Amino acid sequence: MKNIIDTIFANATRMIAFGVLLLLAWIFTVLFEHSLESLQAFGFDFILEDKWAPNLEKFGALPAIYGSVVSTFLAMVLAVPVAIGIAIFLSEIAHAKLKTPVSVSIELLAAIPSVIYGMWGLFYFVPIIRDTFGGVGISMLTAGIVLSIMILPFMAAVTRDAMNTTPDILKESAYALGGTKWDVIKDIIIPYAKSGIIGSFILALGRAIGETMAVTFVMGNVHKISADLTEPATSIPVALANEFAEADSDLYYSSLFELALILLVVSFVIISIAKFYFLRRKRVGQ
Amino acid sequence: MATIVEIAEEKALAVKDFEFTYAGADAPSVKKLNMPIAKNSITALIGPSGCGKTTLLRSFNRMHDLYPGNKYEGEIIFKDRNILGVKEDLIQLRIQIGMIFQKPTAFPMSIFDNVAYGLRLQGFKNKTELKDRVEKALHDAAIWNEVKDRLGHDANGLSGGQQQRLCIARAVAVEPEVLLFDEPTSALDPISTAGIEELIVQLRERVSIIIVTHNMQQAARVSDYTGFMYLGELIELGRTEELFVTPREKLTEEYITGKFG
Repeated sequence: MKNIIDTIFANATRMIAFGVLLLLAWIFTVLFEHSLESLQAFGFDFILEDKWAPNLEKFGALPAIYGSVVSTFLAMVLAVPVAIGIAIFLSEIAHAKLKTPVSVSIELLAAIPSVIYGMWGLFYFVPIIRDTFGGVGISMLTAGIVLSIMILPFMAAVTRDAMNTTPDILKESAYALGGTKWDVIKDIIIPYAKSGIIGSFILALGRAIGETMAVTFVMGNVHKISADLTEPATSIPVALANEFAEADSDLYYSSLFELALILLVVSFVIISIAKFYFLRRKRVGQ
Repeated sequence: MATIVEIAEEKALAVKDFEFTYAGADAPSVKKLNMPIAKNSITALIGPSGCGKTTLLRSFNRMHDLYPGNKYEGEIIFKDRNILGVKEDLIQLRIQIGMIFQKPTAFPMSIFDNVAYGLRLQGFKNKTELKDRVEKALHDAAIWNEVKDRLGHDANGLSGGQQQRLCIARAVAVEPEVLLFDEPTSALDPISTAGIEELIVQLRERVSIIIVTHNMQQAARVSDYTGFMYLGELIELGRTEELFVTPREKLTEEYITGKFG
């Protein structure tokens, strides 16, 4: 009797686990199926074409891809140094009495829904960018800044966790050779925690590239490639969030699906790379 | 009162009325301790867990200063000064008094860079000089032949015993006057342990050594003097062969005959 229960239980969990794989395959299939028309119409040119003109039935993904890449890049450039600084402060410098409140507030920041970052960006950052850099304020730069603030708490928290895994005895060994706090941070802690830190950055990158609500408010959804960061722009998720309701032709609809497919594949690749770094970190740790 | 044997040699260190209290603790972990440490000799510290031997050891290079709130009292005299003073330059002190830990602690860098680490911290830049010093240190730690062909390899690829000898090479590279060993073989197999013990004995010619060990046989094998600590106090310090054969204190006798521990 006990054996039967065990078998049922084992099979039930197995089914649930396979269900997740199935779900993934299902989503992928649906995206692919709906993208077919656009894939057939534009082929590979879809990702090279810089015109997105629904009235002419002409769809190119390049502006959205460009916007995703640039806004994410801006966010990373702004967030990485700050995240490392916060993590170093929390793991090595902050007094025990300060550590907990600061850590908790960072984790609270990470819990803020992204739509709130978007609203805050629209009402607070857009005017600042407009007054400081000119333009309308709704821009690539604003999106990059809001994104960087959004991913910062997560990055700082995971980087701190990675740094905290450095064994005390390793740090003490460096101090015992006459190292200063700075020597120990730069020569021991950061190299030791490197794979974990890089993994967390890549996860943050994945979040930034797929982020929708925070940037929809401040980016403008303009399909135009411009080197001027104060110009409005778009990204794949922003285009998807804005345009499904108005997709009035089959090709338009299908092109949006292809955009989504591109985003899915890119996110997939990013997560895989992050996974690779985390696995490596585990191996190093053993 | 502790029974302390007369030290014939010059003294490397002298502990005077030393007390140590951990942050937040009510009672000191080391109490009113007096102890001479002989120069160019090996002094072993033995005693049951929690007797304060590691706490005392970590006071010699002020390791306790890495964590806030710990309190030293009394004096530890090293080169005519009290190293517990507030003006003590801890970086210089730790260069002069090196330390080897319970587990091998190879840094996440190459074998060469591990050994060169302390020298580079001191600003050594000249490549040939650095190379010479690293090679000498690896010879001193009896590991040169095993690593000479792979100095650029990651130090974490070495075996535990090799890593511990690498750590010893790293510590002797900066030419300290005193070396502190905190249970250096507790994570090693018997063969590696024998290698480390042999090395410690050889190093005595150049440095004064203090070794904390939970292994009485190890203390008997390697040391010239042995101090027995119990509940934060030094009970007896004697020449090793005498202390193990004819202990003067009853507590020492009970401990070394295995009546408690």
